[in-house]
This record gives sequence, C-alpha cells and structure tokens, in this order.
Amino acid sequence: MSTQRVFPAPPENVEYEEFWTNVNEGKLLLPRCKDTDQLFWYPRKISPFTLSGNIEWVQASGKGVIYTFSVMRRAEPEYVIAYVRLDEGITMMTNIVECDPDSLEVGQPVELLMQESENGQKIPVFKPV
Amino acid sequence: MSIKNKALIGGIYEHPTRKAIDKSVAQLHAESAAGALADAGLGPDDVDAYYCAGDAPGLGPLSMIDYMGLKNVRHMDATETGGSSYVVHVGHAAQAIAMGKANIALITLAGRPRADGMATGTAPRNYDSAAPDVPFEFIYGPTVVNMYAMAARRHMYEFGTTSEQLAWIKVAASHHAQHNEHAMLRNVVTVEDVVTSPMISDPLHRLDCCVISDGGGAIVVTSPEVAKSLQRDCVKIMGHGEAPKSIDNGQIDLTYTGARWSGPIAFEEAGVTPSDIDYVSIYDSFTITVLETIEDLGFCEKGKGGSFVSDGNLISGQGRLPFNTDGGGLCNNHPMNRGGLTKVLEAVRQLRGEAHPAVQVKNCQLALAHGTGGSIGTRMASSTVVLGRVDS
Repeated sequence: MSTQRVFPAPPENVEYEEFWTNVNEGKLLLPRCKDTDQLFWYPRKISPFTLSGNIEWVQASGKGVIYTFSVMRRAEPEYVIAYVRLDEGITMMTNIVECDPDSLEVGQPVELLMQESENGQKIPVFKPV
Repeated sequence: MSIKNKALIGGIYEHPTRKAIDKSVAQLHAESAAGALADAGLGPDDVDAYYCAGDAPGLGPLSMIDYMGLKNVRHMDATETGGSSYVVHVGHAAQAIAMGKANIALITLAGRPRADGMATGTAPRNYDSAAPDVPFEFIYGPTVVNMYAMAARRHMYEFGTTSEQLAWIKVAASHHAQHNEHAMLRNVVTVEDVVTSPMISDPLHRLDCCVISDGGGAIVVTSPEVAKSLQRDCVKIMGHGEAPKSIDNGQIDLTYTGARWSGPIAFEEAGVTPSDIDYVSIYDSFTITVLETIEDLGFCEKGKGGSFVSDGNLISGQGRLPFNTDGGGLCNNHPMNRGGLTKVLEAVRQLRGEAHPAVQVKNCQLALAHGTGGSIGTRMASSTVVLGRVDS
C-alpha cells in the first residue's frame, strides 16, 4: 500500500505497561496462566481461567496464519484488519501491512513486525511471509 | 420456576420518525412510551417497572423516570447489552412480573444517530479507554462493519457461503419493506443489486448493511391479571433466553453467535421447537448476522444457512421461514443503531394479525424475536424470546 493508516496509540493503562515496553523492544509477550498452563489473549494480570494473579509471560515466535480479515474499503487510506492465529495457538486482532490487500487469503502465513503508532509507541502488526 | 405464560405484551409502539432533527433523545423515549401505553389503554401512573439501556441519556432509568414523571416505579433494570438489550428486558420484565415484583413494565429505546451525523458503521470508535480490550483492539481500526465482515469471511471459508446467498437476506427484507410506509428503503432489490453495490468492507457490500436511522420504540409488559382487563389483543411471553459470547481468551470462533445458547434456553422454556415457529424477527445489523443466527437457533444445520436463506425462503407467503416483515434493520429502521426492540414489535404485530396484509403470516400462532448486541466480531450478547397468541 502506498500510504498507510496512522495507528492510534494504545490508551495508557497501568495493567499493561510491561507488555507495551516489551513491544517497543520488539517482543510480543503472551500471558500464560501458571495455574492451568494455558496461554490467553488479550494480556491481563488476572487469569481468565482461575481469577488468580499467577501469570507469566511467554515470548511469541511471531509466526502465524490469517484466521480471517477484511479490507476496510471506506477508509482513506484503506487498511486490512484481521485476526491472526499464532503458532502458539491463540488468535489476536491485528492489521496486515506491507501487502497487496487483494491477494490476501484466509490461512496465509504471516509474520510479526512492530510499527510506530501516533505517539511513538510501537504496536504489533503482521505482514505476509 | 418459569416465566412461561406469566406475563404478556399488552402494548407496543414504533416511533414513525427516521430523522429527528427537531427532537431530543429523551423526547423520543417519552413519545415512544406514550405510544405504547396508549396502545395498551394504560397511562404513566399505571407503570410500576421501567427498563432502558445505554441509549437512554443521563443515568438511564433515573433520568428517564424523572423526565417522564413516572411516580409508581418499584422495579428497574438498565441491563446494557447493546442492540439485544430490549429483548433481555422483555425477559427480565417477565421475571419481575412472575415474581410479583411488578404488574406493568415499560421498556423504551430511542436515539438520533442520523440527525447527529454519526458514522455508525465505518468509523473506528474508542468506546471507553478504560475498557480492558481497547488497548489491544482499537489501535487496529475495528469498526462495526469490518468486525461483521470478518465473521462473514470466516463463515465463507469454513462453509462455502457466498455473497449471493447473503444477498438473499436483503432481497427478502426489501420485498417486505415495500409495503411499509415508514421504511427508509422501500425499493425491491435483487441479488445482483446487492452484490454489485459498493464494497464497504470485504466481503460486505453497502446493501449487506442495515440503515442508520433515528427513532425509537416501546413495549408494555403486564401480568395476566392486568392483561385480562385490557381491550387489546395481548401476546404471551412463553420463553426467554440470554447469553453472552466472548473472544474466549484468544480462541475466538467467528462462525457462531450467542444464539447458540439463548435459543435453546428460550425454546425449552416455551416447550416448542424451531419447526413450531410461524414467524421470526431476527436481528439484522448485517446479512451475516441473520445467517449465523438462523443456524444457531436451529432453523437449519450449522454451515447450511447460505442455502437455507436462498431463493426467497425468508419471504412471507413464499418461503419456509418468513422473517422481518416490517423490512427490519436492513430496510425499515435501526433506531440508535439498536435493533432488538423493533424485532419484538413486528413479532407482536404478526401475532395480533396486524402486520401489513401483504406480509401477514396466515394463522400466525407462534413467533420468535431475537436480538444481537455488541459485535459478533468480538464480544456480544444474544437474547431470544418466544411469543404466542393467547389462544395458541
């Protein structure tokens, strides 16, 4: 895409500071409930499986496939919103960037990259492999 | 304990406005309330329970009870599940009445997104920076339409559903809307018209989307004792279900909705099955909303919705499952971007035999109204109510 949408910055929230600091360092951290050994999404400091605070971070490999997507044709510039199924087995909302929107397919392999939002905070997005 | 047949709908009203430049939101609520109470033959002093959702200004029930001068309210509910709220309220009102906490419950909805120039479906909205999901979603530009579009894409991928099949849902709605003098879109459209209309967010075209309208509506739910005293044909509330659906901690599945749970609960309480239903009002924010809901409610097998809705099968007098005979959200109206209440209204009209003669289902004994709230692309709530004629 010739022009790319300006990403809004994620609203500040004390619960998520560590997550976003790591994104700025190029790392996508996935939260894991230590009580049940299950990953979950989106990040939080309370396990949605047990409501305990017994959480640890696992760094994502950054590999995944497109679960579904849509090209927002009514936006200027157009952008691709998607859910990506990570190799670790969780599905997250994201954007697909650096792509030809008309060539994307469900099931297509994608990889992680970090791009800057409007205030400089990086955010995790994906591009075709 | 069940609500079955312990409460009835005694009055309804649909505000005729579709663009309310000269009216406030509170005024639209109150005009809708007055209309439904007049339809029931009751007045504001008779109301002892009041229900509204997030479209009500200020502090919801407190602001609206104050504005409307309701003096005798002893039961309130402001459950907010987006567009499905009012179907939830019908169930909660029936529960309150069955428990003896109330006798005459009033439910209102109103809003004016059109007069306010709101880009309802296409603009990303940060609805609350403190919402825990917002930092991980809003940055990517989620809009109402692209969330439903992602569900449609996944449904197509898994089940081979086509844009032409989705288009049949709009075609059926337009066949009904031509008879509704208040409907925003009264032209009958074809499958070709739908799939060649501008793409909004792939794979949803403009005509896969509902209208944006101002307006409102209201429902009066009463006890059986009150219902007997009314001049109006009342409609029995036979069963009700409600269920949220989440992103499932990162295991989201976009091919189904909460109707998978709310439907069976409502059918079981009513003691009926999908094949017993004569008419359905299905929330139709988008064509895909209807398709997934019809499958989830059990009118056809999961994944077979595309063929089920095709070839006019949802058109009254022609198909197996007449739906949204007022034109629904796709053609008639979608007050404040919330279509649950108007779904109940047309189901009541069908059971009273007061739908437009061209779309009235013959001998309509049992009807279902279903609401979808939030987003089927993320977190949502479904609510289903089964209604019947008093003599059914």
